[in-house]
Amino acid sequence: MVRLEHIKKVFNKNTVNEKIAIDGINLDIPEGQFVTVIGSNGAGKTTLLNLVAGTYGPDEGDILLDGECVTHLPEHQRARYYGRIFQNPLMGTAASMSIEENLAMADLRGKPRGLKWGVNKSRRGFYRESLKLLDLGLENRMKQNVSLLSGGQRQSLTLLMATLSVPKLLLLDEHTAALDPKTAQKVIQLTDQLVKEYRLTTIMVTHNMQQAIQYGDRMIMLHEGKICYDVQGEEKQALTVAEVVDRFGATLTDEALLCQAPTTGGTGC
Amino acid sequence: MLDGLLRTLPISLEQGFAYGIVALGIVISFRILAFPDLTVDGSFALGGAVVARLIMEGVSPVYGIFLATVAGFLAGCCTGLLNTRLKINSLLAGILMMTVLYSVNLRIMGRSNIQLLTVDTFITPLENLDINRFVPIIAFFAAVAFGIKILTDLFFKTQIGFAMRATGDNEQMIRTLGVNTDSMTVLGLGMSNAFVALSGAMVAQDQGFADIGMGIGMIVAGLASIIIGETLIGKQTVARKTLAALAGSVAYKWIIAVGLRLGLAPTDLKLATGVMVILALGIPALKKEKEEKLHLRGV
Ligand SMILES: Nc1ncnc2c1ncn2[C@@H]1O[C@H](COP(=O)(O)OP(=O)(O)OP(=O)(O)O)[C@@H](O)[C@H]1O
Ligand SMILES: [Mg+2]
Repeated sequence: MVRLEHIKKVFNKNTVNEKIAIDGINLDIPEGQFVTVIGSNGAGKTTLLNLVAGTYGPDEGDILLDGECVTHLPEHQRARYYGRIFQNPLMGTAASMSIEENLAMADLRGKPRGLKWGVNKSRRGFYRESLKLLDLGLENRMKQNVSLLSGGQRQSLTLLMATLSVPKLLLLDEHTAALDPKTAQKVIQLTDQLVKEYRLTTIMVTHNMQQAIQYGDRMIMLHEGKICYDVQGEEKQALTVAEVVDRFGATLTDEALLCQAPTTGGTGC
Repeated sequence: MLDGLLRTLPISLEQGFAYGIVALGIVISFRILAFPDLTVDGSFALGGAVVARLIMEGVSPVYGIFLATVAGFLAGCCTGLLNTRLKINSLLAGILMMTVLYSVNLRIMGRSNIQLLTVDTFITPLENLDINRFVPIIAFFAAVAFGIKILTDLFFKTQIGFAMRATGDNEQMIRTLGVNTDSMTVLGLGMSNAFVALSGAMVAQDQGFADIGMGIGMIVAGLASIIIGETLIGKQTVARKTLAALAGSVAYKWIIAVGLRLGLAPTDLKLATGVMVILALGIPALKKEKEEKLHLRGV
């Protein structure tokens, strides 16, 4: 479903600030696989998602989605393949538009847009039912502007929008990091539920190693733009946080990852 | 004072609605697309220039207005393309287009000024009616202005309208939903400047001449109108924003007309307008209120 071939991404090329963010990554994600991605700050996780999404192109290498080479396809033309949630909870929704209008826009992801009414009245019932899944009472506030929602509510809405018109691929960038533990737990469970229900191919970046181990079929660890650990199947099932920290403690300078080491199996710090 | 207010009302309504269409255009660029488009000064004169030249060539005024509107649309698209294709900063793209249009307008007119008082314009039949001149003219401009306002409101309820609003609000997000935001920017600026040129074309006929300098200060006057209108009406929805543009335009023209009656020198008009906008934008900052920043892209 997703295939990266020798992908390299360099920022500020040929300047003193040159930064090799992704350094020759090869990755093949079969259809239906749920991959979690961990790595310390600046490891290149967001860059990797941006490359898959087409926010910018790679300096070297090719990207294939669903067998089609999309390396030079602009972001808006790749949109039909994927739903996406950003690290920043404000980035996934249009604040000055209502919940309903945001959902209606997501409903048309990757489809041609015309001069028909933006909110199709017959879809309203479906939006309401979908919002009920979030259990945040948003189904009664559909006409309100998204700017009135909290970050967590907005991120939950973004999750709904990303899966409303079922995508082939779901890209999640630490989408629970900015949420309070309770909402985060709910959003991650809902994510898991949606991924299983629609058998979505998923790439989920997270800072929470417990999450990375508990969810998904495969875990990838990035370090300085390279994949330094790639585990799946039974081996991943058996993995514990302590084990990973033992092996990679030296490369994981990241507090958010390390501080969970003593509480193996815990949900956060 | 009251007498002055009443006496200046008809002219304020006439001009307020005529220029209100400019404010509607600026709502699309500044408020919806969050694009600080300065093409306006040029495209307003462009509308006047095109219609004046065409009328002199014997084209019917109504057809002339239509072509002037198309010319404005194209001018706006050019600004959009400068920004999206050539990656020129949004402010600079508008200023460049405004400057280019100065020469274009001179070419179109062949001179810096065309008189229209002696020829038939769309105003002529309205003025020949057997009633007070103001009644049919105000009715006409109000009808056009509200007609455009309603069409604009409806447009922004369509799928493309949603995509355009989202482009101004959160470009990254709507691109992820498959919208080509560059196209939206170009289309929106085209619409915006089409409105502006339409207004220019009608104003030229109303005042009886087209002049190379008729667009100077139009952007600031339009912004002043929008700010006044938003204070009176609010800006929560698109319909409110467009209504605010029209109401604000009338209020602005009224304030100016009363000011002139009270002794404001016509040469100081743009100074007064500028001060008005500076105060409106600056007072919140001075009061250290939560800074209500003009959310703009590409600056
Ligand atoms: N647009 C950019 N311009 C220049 N450098 C960039 C840009 N985007 C990312 N980088 C650099 O590339 C590296 C990887 O950044 P990236 O955002 O992918 O990290 P990340 O793994 O997502 O980190 P975090 O966990 O903090 O989100 C960093 O060193 C960053 O400074
Ligand atoms: Mg990141």
